[in-house]
Amino acid sequence: MIKKETMLIKFVEQIALDTIEMVVENAYISKTAIPGQFLHVAVDGQTLRRPISIADINREKETITLLFKIVGSGTAKLATLKPGMSMDVLGPSGNGFQIVDKEPSTILLIGGGIGVPPLYYLGKTLAEKNKEIISILGFQTEKSVFYEEKFSSLGRTYIVTNDGSYGETGFVTDVIEKAGQFDRYYSCGPVPMLKAITAKLVDKPGMISLEERMGCGVGACMACVIPTDSNGGYKKICSDGPVFHAQEVSL
Amino acid sequence: MTNLAINLPGLELKNPIMPASGCFAFGREYSEFYDLSKLGAVIMKAATGTERFGNPTPRVAETASGMLNAIGLQNPGVEKIIEKEVPFLGQYDTSIIANVAGSTLEEYEKVAAAFNQTDQVHALELNISCPNVKEGGIQFGTDPSMAAKVTETVKNASQLPVYVKLSPNVTNIVEMAKAVELAGADGLSMINTITGMQIHLPTKKPLIANKTGGLSGPAIKPVAIRMIYEVKQHVSIPIIGMGGISNAEDVLEFLLAGASAVAVGTANFSNPFVCPEIIDALPETLNRYGFDSVEDAIGKGIM
Repeated sequence: MIKKETMLIKFVEQIALDTIEMVVENAYISKTAIPGQFLHVAVDGQTLRRPISIADINREKETITLLFKIVGSGTAKLATLKPGMSMDVLGPSGNGFQIVDKEPSTILLIGGGIGVPPLYYLGKTLAEKNKEIISILGFQTEKSVFYEEKFSSLGRTYIVTNDGSYGETGFVTDVIEKAGQFDRYYSCGPVPMLKAITAKLVDKPGMISLEERMGCGVGACMACVIPTDSNGGYKKICSDGPVFHAQEVSL
Repeated sequence: MTNLAINLPGLELKNPIMPASGCFAFGREYSEFYDLSKLGAVIMKAATGTERFGNPTPRVAETASGMLNAIGLQNPGVEKIIEKEVPFLGQYDTSIIANVAGSTLEEYEKVAAAFNQTDQVHALELNISCPNVKEGGIQFGTDPSMAAKVTETVKNASQLPVYVKLSPNVTNIVEMAKAVELAGADGLSMINTITGMQIHLPTKKPLIANKTGGLSGPAIKPVAIRMIYEVKQHVSIPIIGMGGISNAEDVLEFLLAGASAVAVGTANFSNPFVCPEIIDALPETLNRYGFDSVEDAIGKGIM
């Protein structure tokens, strides 16, 4: 259930180009949030909240890790917040990744840019359930790369940069063959990337997480809808998603 | 004891605060945060004759002290709204106002008449001012004779009091208000959003897929106040005021300008509790400025 909560900021650091890692403390969110959910963060002086996905949770310490990219005035202001300050959030919001507990399986995580963070909390949760994890993480350039070590600790990890300045060259879809056999995939990143992945992996079960400019973030304003077919069917990204089955929505 | 109650055609409001159409869907999402019975009324999201999907995304963009939206009247159609949404809101001890939209006179008539089927709706808000759909809405909202025509049509089709929602995208708002009053409107609702645009520098293109969107939020409050202030002096029907309200002081400003009740829109997005918080703060705010009731303050700013 979404609540309006105050979070205490414990740690803020720039970990890659325009990319900020923030650790915040809140008992309710840390106990209830699941991988793939997001927080709708109020930014002083801005009309709208900013949806930011949950990158990690430490239930014992009651902390939540948020990663965001500075893309405009709102995220730039968020980046100036300091430890000891507090933040007003709505959350945990949306529906997260469904995890299939039953059979032992190999999971492929495919992340692009600022779509990488929610996959880390997911990967960690899956690894605790003894799944084998393979990760493909795409970034624009070497300076944008983050969390390589963290994903490597979960399993085999491929880094791809568009300009070839680090790891493999090209797009995440260029590396899928190299990753070998897997049973299920989870992906988050820009829509063109998700489009390419869901087309390429049409025979595999998978889930994707979408992002869109949001208004209310609770399913009331209809700003962030995505069609499910060509007959007027739709889902709301903030409240039905942001995670969907790969073939559930029409990208 | 400060009296927040106000009686308007069809509406016995326990307080003058209601969420604005389009910002609250049909109340379900916000009912998770608080008891909707606390509200004076709820204005439902626009209903059209049949289901509408709306515009492509992005549909919203933030601006300085406001936001642009171009949702495009997405709604499940009037029949589904009456079947599924009205009974949900009907559980609460609050008045229900149905927002009626359309592309043609016939569609307005059909939607308005459909709400005669239920006794749980207390008034209609006639949406002749949505700037975000290609047809319908806005041309009825910018031409006084068209506005009068659609008001008359809806009045004839419906048993309910009709509040006509005026567009600020006109040269002479008083002329529009007088035209719909003469055509039989029971009240006015003003203002809808102001048409605007934002160009996204990285793509060098309009950010909103519809290109233009309606500006809402605190940025438009002075425009709303000015228009209500002007209209109040030329009509005798009550005004439900809206446009950038986010606290009890804003509400008092609208009352002083001539509104009898107010709707809160964009502020719900940043603070889902904004309506109950305003209701709780309103008595103290009225008292601080020397008023014992909502009624007392209406139009007192006009000189």
